[in-house]
Amino acid sequence: MGDRAEYAPPAPERPNLRLGQLSLIAVTLFTFAFLYVPIIVLILFSFNSARTGAVWQGFTLSWYQRLLGNEALLTAAGRSLIIGIVSTAGSVVIGTLTALAMEREHFRAKAVWDGLLYMPVIIPEIVSGVSLLLFFAAGGIERGLLTLVVSHIAFSMPFVYLTVRARLADFDRSIEEAAQDLGADEAKTFWLITLPLLMPGIVSGALLAFTLSIDDFIISFFVTGKGWNTLPIYIWSQLKQGVTPEINAISAVLLLFSVSVIALSLLLQRRRN
Amino acid sequence: MFPGAFWLVVFFALPLLVIFVISFMARDELGSPVPPFSLDNYQQAFDSLYLNLFLFSLWISLLTTVVTLLISFPVALYIARSPKRWRNILIFLVMIPFWTNFLVRTYALQFLMRANGPINTLLQGLGVIQEPISMLSTPVAVLIGLVYGELPFMILPLYASLEKFDWAMFEAAQDLGADMRRAFLRVMLPMTMPGVLAGSILVFVPSVGSYITVELMGGGKINMIGRVIASQFGVASNWPFGSAISLLLMVVVTIAALVYFRVGRGERMAL
Repeated sequence: MGDRAEYAPPAPERPNLRLGQLSLIAVTLFTFAFLYVPIIVLILFSFNSARTGAVWQGFTLSWYQRLLGNEALLTAAGRSLIIGIVSTAGSVVIGTLTALAMEREHFRAKAVWDGLLYMPVIIPEIVSGVSLLLFFAAGGIERGLLTLVVSHIAFSMPFVYLTVRARLADFDRSIEEAAQDLGADEAKTFWLITLPLLMPGIVSGALLAFTLSIDDFIISFFVTGKGWNTLPIYIWSQLKQGVTPEINAISAVLLLFSVSVIALSLLLQRRRN
Repeated sequence: MFPGAFWLVVFFALPLLVIFVISFMARDELGSPVPPFSLDNYQQAFDSLYLNLFLFSLWISLLTTVVTLLISFPVALYIARSPKRWRNILIFLVMIPFWTNFLVRTYALQFLMRANGPINTLLQGLGVIQEPISMLSTPVAVLIGLVYGELPFMILPLYASLEKFDWAMFEAAQDLGADMRRAFLRVMLPMTMPGVLAGSILVFVPSVGSYITVELMGGGKINMIGRVIASQFGVASNWPFGSAISLLLMVVVTIAALVYFRVGRGERMAL
């Protein structure tokens, strides 16, 4: 104990720590301001009645009213929703089955598949986008709903796989064995035991897949066909034409949407716990 | 396993094979790939123009990763050390941008920074400046845009690592005579290396191939490799050359990822 006192400088440590804590707070405050000021300003200006510029000219809801009458926007939003739902369903089924197989089955070249499943994380989106474009073009497949859905499944399925696999890693298999000992067949065990226990992983994977699909711009941009605008593609085309305050309003709605998705997923998590 | 394997092979591996083959072809008048096969596209890609764009993209992405890491580490540390209730709120606040449309967020930043945007309007209104400051269309604007876009992807993995960090280790190091700096470098950093690496990959990979940010923050004046690829499939209409650059980009990113992991493993062994 006596030796220790020799090494620990007693006096200057405290002010040092306090300085450290203060700079931590400063950086954190700066970062949150940096993250949120643009978003909050954007939402604020979606209520500004000025058509151009950033001079405040009074509160209005007219940009939101216009959204409701904007046929092209609503069609694009509807398509994004359909593609999101269908591709999420596909990703969930395929991702879950893949996670189960990778965790429980033995087959050849498992390490190769493991690596392949990380591909979407490592391959830049733009490369996936153009390679899918050329693949569909080479196969003479017309680009549209079908190409969008299969591409969205391709990039979101691995994320479902990873979340479900994480859940499977601490799965207690003796519960399944107990069910089978009590007379449940394999199908029954799967539906009544395995699936409910995996549900939290599947739900978070599904929410992730859905958000990835709804938000995707780059890959959709390349694999979509003429007139098949998704919401992000529509927003992009509007941005390229110059900004109307309508885009601020769409952005505010999308933000509200993300906040509700997170709130929902946190709520689900809390209920499970 | 079958459907997953099917999907990966058909919609990831095969398309990559397709661009690999096409990258050796020539283009017809419309930009579509035609034989004969040659190395011309790769030769063109190693022209100083494209080589410089590659290096510039890598440089900007490296800066983005470093800046993001330097900002995120203290933030993640602060969050991890906060009381539980406060911590949940802060993490929720990091998750909102994480789950928000990337295009919308980048647009929000661009809107704020434009010549006739809120910052300039405010400063002019206060009489601080007479003429609007031009903040966009520079490499720094692209860097700010990338850091802004990628920050949540660095903070969350760092937080996951720091939350598990056992502070008794830190104290033990100090008790054994290490000062703060040494305890940080020799104990805390190596033990949180998985988070640092995961965050760095998650930031670096999308940055190298970024398109949205370059387009919105660079205002058509800054070019990076993702924008070159997009233009080969758009206005420039040269699919074979676009394929060659895409493949090179993929190779570069894969090498970078491997280096990160190798370095990371080395660090942990050094402990």
